[in-house]
Amino acid sequence: MSAGFDKKIHQTLADANLQLAIYTATGRLKDKRSESFAAAAMPDYQELRTQANALKKHAIENLDHYLEEFERNVESHGGKVVYCKDGTEVSDFVLGLAKERGARLIVKSKSMTTEEVDLNERLEHHGLESVETDLGEYILQLAQERPYHIVAPALHKTRFDVAGIFEKQLHVAYETEPEKLSQIARGVLRQKFLDAGIGITGANFLVADSGAVVIVENEGNARLTSTAPKIHIAIAGIEKIIPRAQDLAVFLKLLARSATGQALSVYTSFLSGPRRTDEIDGPDEFYVVLLDNGRTRLLPDRAKRQSLYCIRCAACLNTCPVYRKIGGHSFPWVYSGPIGAIITPQFMGVSHEPGLPFASSLCGACAEVCPVKIDIPQVLLDLRSEVKKSETREKKNRLEKFGYRVFAWMMTHPRAYAWAGWMARHAPVVKVGPVRAWTSQRDLPPMPRQSFRDIWSRR
Amino acid sequence: MMSREHILHRVRTAIGRSAGQAPGAAPPVRIRVPAGDSSARVGAMLARVEALAGKTYHADTPEDACAFVAAAIAGKSALASNAPFLAECGIAQLPGVRTGIIDREELRECCATSNIGITSADYALADTGTLVMLSSPREARLISLLPPAHIAVVPRERILSGLDELFTVLPNPAGQTSSMVLITGPSRTADIEQILVRGVHGPGEITVVVVG
Repeated sequence: MSAGFDKKIHQTLADANLQLAIYTATGRLKDKRSESFAAAAMPDYQELRTQANALKKHAIENLDHYLEEFERNVESHGGKVVYCKDGTEVSDFVLGLAKERGARLIVKSKSMTTEEVDLNERLEHHGLESVETDLGEYILQLAQERPYHIVAPALHKTRFDVAGIFEKQLHVAYETEPEKLSQIARGVLRQKFLDAGIGITGANFLVADSGAVVIVENEGNARLTSTAPKIHIAIAGIEKIIPRAQDLAVFLKLLARSATGQALSVYTSFLSGPRRTDEIDGPDEFYVVLLDNGRTRLLPDRAKRQSLYCIRCAACLNTCPVYRKIGGHSFPWVYSGPIGAIITPQFMGVSHEPGLPFASSLCGACAEVCPVKIDIPQVLLDLRSEVKKSETREKKNRLEKFGYRVFAWMMTHPRAYAWAGWMARHAPVVKVGPVRAWTSQRDLPPMPRQSFRDIWSRR
Repeated sequence: MMSREHILHRVRTAIGRSAGQAPGAAPPVRIRVPAGDSSARVGAMLARVEALAGKTYHADTPEDACAFVAAAIAGKSALASNAPFLAECGIAQLPGVRTGIIDREELRECCATSNIGITSADYALADTGTLVMLSSPREARLISLLPPAHIAVVPRERILSGLDELFTVLPNPAGQTSSMVLITGPSRTADIEQILVRGVHGPGEITVVVVG
C-alpha cells in the first residue's frame, strides 16, 4: 500500500462528520435499493439480472460487430462516430470542433467517462469554458474536487460547505437551504444552457440496432445539454454497447432501482442523431465519441473482462463496508468502491496502487447487489495474484516470501509446529513491523491455555 | 480514422474475432407484457404520478380536460405544443395560450419565458407513472423541459402497461424520431445532503390529465 493511500484512509477515518455523512448517505441509498427490489415489488429481479449479465457478456464477446453496427446506424440518421484512444484525442476532437464552429462555452452533464480523461481541465487549458450542470458536479467543479461517489458525487459536502462554496465562487449571499441553493445553481446554469455552443453528455447505453445513446438522469440537465446547444457530443466508453433497443426493457428496470431505488429515473433520453428535418428543436449536429482509454487492455482476459459489464449504478459502493468507512477520495482514481478497486488496476496497471485489491474483506456484498452480476471478489483475487506476481518479478516481496517459506516448513514439520504453538501461548507478542500495523487497529484473539494436541494426548 | 482501425483491431485481437465475422447468437429478447384491463391502467398511472408528487386529473371528456387546464393556467402564461389532441380538446385555443410555433429560436424564447408548458404524450406507462414523448413537428422537446411547470394531456388509450409494452409497440424508436424521452415525475435532485429538491433544471411541477 502506498503512503498516500494509507494517509487518505486514516484522514477519512479520523473525520467524524465525514464518517457520519458517508454512512448516512450510503445507508439511505442502500435501503432504497433493497425496498425497490423486494420480492413483492419485483418478483423477476433475479431473472432480469441473469438476462442483463448474458446480454453484456454477449455484447463484449462480439464488441467489434456491435460497434460497427452502432456506427452505421448513427451515420444513417445523420450523426457521426469518432473513435478516440485516450483523453488527448477526445480533447483534440472537441477543441477542433469548437474552433471550427466558433464555440467558446460548453455545457456538460455528468459523465464518469469524461472525469477519467479530465476533460474540463483539458478544455479550459485551451481557453474554453466548460461548465458542469449536474448540481453535485457543479458544486465540485467550483470546489475543484473530483466526484466522491459515482451516483452522488457531492455526498461528502454539507449544506454549509455548499453555502460557502457558492458565496465565494458565485458571489451570492450565504444561503444554507438546499432548496435555495438549488435555485441559485438553476439561475446561473439556465443562462449557460441558452448561451452554450456545444453540449457534452455521457451515455448510459449505446444501442447498436438503433444508433442511439441512452442517458438517464433526474435533474433535466442532461436533457438541456443535449437539446439547447446546436451541437451535441456524447462521450462513452466502448463497453457501453447493448445489442437492441428492446434490451432496454431489462436494463432500465435494473439501473435506477440499483442506483437510487427509483423505478425509473426522472428522465430517460433515447437520442439517435441530430434533429430530423421536420422536428422543431434539438441539435443540428450529433457526435458520439467512442473512447478506449485502456478498455481494450481488459478484453483479452476472459475472467477479468466481466469488469466491463458495469453500468455504473454504484450499488456496490453503498453496500461495501470498506467504502462506507474510507469514502470515495481515498481511492486512487475517479472510480471508487468495489468497482473502482477492480477497474482502476486494470486501466492504470496494478502498480498504480498495489494496495487497492487488498483493501477489501472479500465479504461478497458487492457481488450480491450487482445488477449485471459481476463477480467482483473473484476479480479482486485475480488482481491480488497479479500484484504478487509483479512484486516477485521486481523482487519486492522477499520478506513475505521468506515468511511463507518458514510457514510451509513449519506446517510440514510437527515438532516445529508444536514448538511454535508453545511459543505463541507463552511468549509475549512483539509488536513491531507488520504485527504492529495489524494490532494498531485490531486485537489479537487470545490464545487458548491448552493446545488441541495437549487435550488429545490427555484424553 | 486512424484510431478507429486501431481500436477495432485491438478489440478483435483481444476477443479472437476477425473483421466482418458474423456475431454469435444473441440471448433472446426478454419482453413480458402483462395482461390487464385499461381501467386498472388509468388508476395505476394516476396513483404512480401522485406518488411522485405530480398532480393528476381524470377527465371524462375533452371539454372537461379543457376546463381543468383553463383553470390551472388562469393568470399565467402558457405555451402549448402542436399536438392535434390539444386542439381537439380546445386547449390550444384557450385565451392566453400560445401555440403553433415551428421556428426553433422563437420556441426557445417562448419556452424560456412561459410559466407553463402544455403537451400531450405519445404514450404513458402505467406501472411507473411515465410520460413518453417523441420529438416531432407536433411535440417540441423544450416545452416539457424549460418552463417551470408541465401539463400533459393524454387520451386514455395511449396508456401502456410499462416498458415491456412500450418496446413491443415501438421496437425501434430511432425509426421515428431523433429523441424519445421518458418523463417520470418532476425534475429532482438530492445532491445536497440527500435532501430532495424538485425543479432543479426541468419542471418542478408536473400535472397529468388523462382523458376518457
